[in-house]
Amino acid sequence: MTSLIPFIPLLPFAGFVVNATLGKRLPKSVSGGLASLVMVLSFLISAYLVWQLAQMAPDQRLMTNTIYRWMASGEFTLDVTLLIDPLAAVMLLVVTGIGSLIHIYSTAYMHDEVDSEFARYFSYLNLFASFMLVLVLGSSFPVLFVGWEGVGLCSYLLIGFWFKKKSANDAGKKAFVVNRIGDYAFLLGMFALFALFGTLEVRGIAAQVAAAPPETGFGLLSIATLLLFIGATGKSAQIPLYTWLPDAMEGPTPVSALIHAATMVTAGVYMIGRNAVLFSHTPDTLHIVAIVGAATALMAGTIGLVQNDIKRVLAYSTVSQLGLMFLAMGVGAFGAGIFHLYTHAFFKACLFLGSGAVIHALHGEQDIRNMGGLKKYLPVTYWTFVIGSLALAGFPFLAGFFSKDELLFETFAEGHQILWAVGALASLLTAVYMGRLVFLTFHGERRHDAPAAADASTFAKATADKHGHAAGHGHDTHGHGGHGHGAPHDAPPAMALALVVLAIGSVAAGYVGVPAALGGHNALGAWLAPSFAAPVEAGAIAASAAPGEAAAEGEEAHDAEHIALERTLMGVSSAIAIGGLLVAAFIWLQRREIADQMARSFAPLHKLLLNKYYVDEIYDATVVKPIEAVSREGLWRGVDVGVIDGAVNGVGSIVDASSMVLRRLQTGSVRAYAGSLFIGVVLMLGYYLWR
Amino acid sequence: MIPLSHYLVVSALLFAVGTAGVFLRKNLITILLSVEIMLNAVNLSFVAFGRFNGTVDGQIITFFVMTVAAAEAAVGLALVIALFRTRESLNPDAFTSLKW
Repeated sequence: MTSLIPFIPLLPFAGFVVNATLGKRLPKSVSGGLASLVMVLSFLISAYLVWQLAQMAPDQRLMTNTIYRWMASGEFTLDVTLLIDPLAAVMLLVVTGIGSLIHIYSTAYMHDEVDSEFARYFSYLNLFASFMLVLVLGSSFPVLFVGWEGVGLCSYLLIGFWFKKKSANDAGKKAFVVNRIGDYAFLLGMFALFALFGTLEVRGIAAQVAAAPPETGFGLLSIATLLLFIGATGKSAQIPLYTWLPDAMEGPTPVSALIHAATMVTAGVYMIGRNAVLFSHTPDTLHIVAIVGAATALMAGTIGLVQNDIKRVLAYSTVSQLGLMFLAMGVGAFGAGIFHLYTHAFFKACLFLGSGAVIHALHGEQDIRNMGGLKKYLPVTYWTFVIGSLALAGFPFLAGFFSKDELLFETFAEGHQILWAVGALASLLTAVYMGRLVFLTFHGERRHDAPAAADASTFAKATADKHGHAAGHGHDTHGHGGHGHGAPHDAPPAMALALVVLAIGSVAAGYVGVPAALGGHNALGAWLAPSFAAPVEAGAIAASAAPGEAAAEGEEAHDAEHIALERTLMGVSSAIAIGGLLVAAFIWLQRREIADQMARSFAPLHKLLLNKYYVDEIYDATVVKPIEAVSREGLWRGVDVGVIDGAVNGVGSIVDASSMVLRRLQTGSVRAYAGSLFIGVVLMLGYYLWR
Repeated sequence: MIPLSHYLVVSALLFAVGTAGVFLRKNLITILLSVEIMLNAVNLSFVAFGRFNGTVDGQIITFFVMTVAAAEAAVGLALVIALFRTRESLNPDAFTSLKW
């Protein structure tokens, strides 16, 4: 049974190998079909193994498969071990399940590409899934890191998929470089952990750390976890390393869905969940995690409110939701964070794929000011998009409601009222901007030729370029959206299938974690609890040192007071969600001029938000430009040209100059040579005779 | 009997004459002849030493040298002819293009 584990990442990898080597010669149906098939098979294996896992006793749910010994050096050994525990099980199903849907969707979305590009796309997609599965399954930090770096590489490849477009190239490079900054910290964190514990096995570290009391003050352990968290901010797009994610929208839309929903960005949250025991022993770091998460949620939410690119709104919404997940992780509500990760995967994938369907229907148009009235042309897309938006906004009894509610409740219950307020505000913003997105895209009049702001027009041009490349015909999308091709057509079957399944998931996914306050028993929380406790080997100590989360969520019954509080907060979040949607409906359905008026009366604020708080510009001025200057003037012109080239050229010049002198000896005259020979012999003989 | 040193003096003189010829003459054929004189000077000292020691080794070596000298003369003269055909000259100073 455990021998099946390696096949989960190996199947997508096999798909990658086939598509990367033979892809050019395969028709689209074969390369796309194969890529989707391996993902579905991988999903089936995962589902089977998770089902097997569920048959075990709750505290013994663990499957491992050691593939081989990677390195052995003195006392230190490291095995490549794959591990499935309840936490990994949830992630496995999310990655393979939603990954499969995105593969299927992509077969239709990318159909306009030529065969070789199509195969290249699917080989990247499979490789991405494969690395993500390694990340999820790895039982030690180095194995996890292989997946961690792998998804970083694949995100670079996929964001820059349309590499003929400069902006896509830049976005890919940006994602890669920003991720590398985080990865550097992550590596340092790994070194620190190794220095502290002498092992890099996650469970080994957890067992050791559980035996000690939580660290008071900010010591070595806190530094190690903080470094790991910085790695997570890079991968999961948190302040200060979130800037790559909105730019990542340059990639094909299903890639955005894959990166922002099922894989990659969830890696940081997952990593903290995987090391829950370690992190809960460093309360200072957790506090930082919570504050960074809340700040990111709020900041990204405000930016999302004014963006005009359909995918960018979703991107900032992702950053914001990831912030909420980190908030949950930071207050010790690991189960709630993973729950939100899991529901978010459904509706965010649904939304991204829905936006992809809109963009597909409008031949590359991405500016919501040029949309509107699409409801009657795109019914499937419309309804799935609405369901996804409602779920994201936290509309009662959809997936996002349960997870967001639990997350905010846990934050409040752990005594972080201010962070709760920030989270609630972020939720309100979520409801408003999702309402805005739906109403502007699908309702109202069909709009073209909207007055585009300076930044938007350049962007529209970029998308028009992309469209020309993607669709292979030079129709100018900007301003002609609905005329040249008649009415926009709804999603083709493969895309509709993925949308409908994800919409159903957006409705139903939350019911695995119905809280006690609504008559459920939070099955997901109980399922995940063992993953956040210290390993069983630690024995009695582990039981006492298990993080508060497990106790709070698991067996311990919620008392009446808790339930009352949770119901109150639930009411508040529902009111926030519905209120936000109503505000959005009022502004963007009834009185659109209010939005413009507000933009005018708060012009500086609007400009600030539209320009994303100028964070990119600040980074550019404080980090990128100085590094460029130092590289150009110091390292290039100084060190490379001056020192290294100087040394090499200097050696050459010395040899050249001395040769200029010495070559005079080579006269070409035979008698001169004979003369020197004679003189030499005479000198040598003379030396031996008269010495 | 003539003592060994007389032979050696004659040999040294002949060698010096040959060497001087190689360095001072401006005709390739004369230079080759001078080289032959140098070789024969050496032959003379070999034979003298052999005679003095009562062995035939010196004479054997001399035959080797004569063989080599014959071969050398053949090759050398062939080269001289080839050089003369290209430059219409036998002056060694005309053949200095193999430099720098």
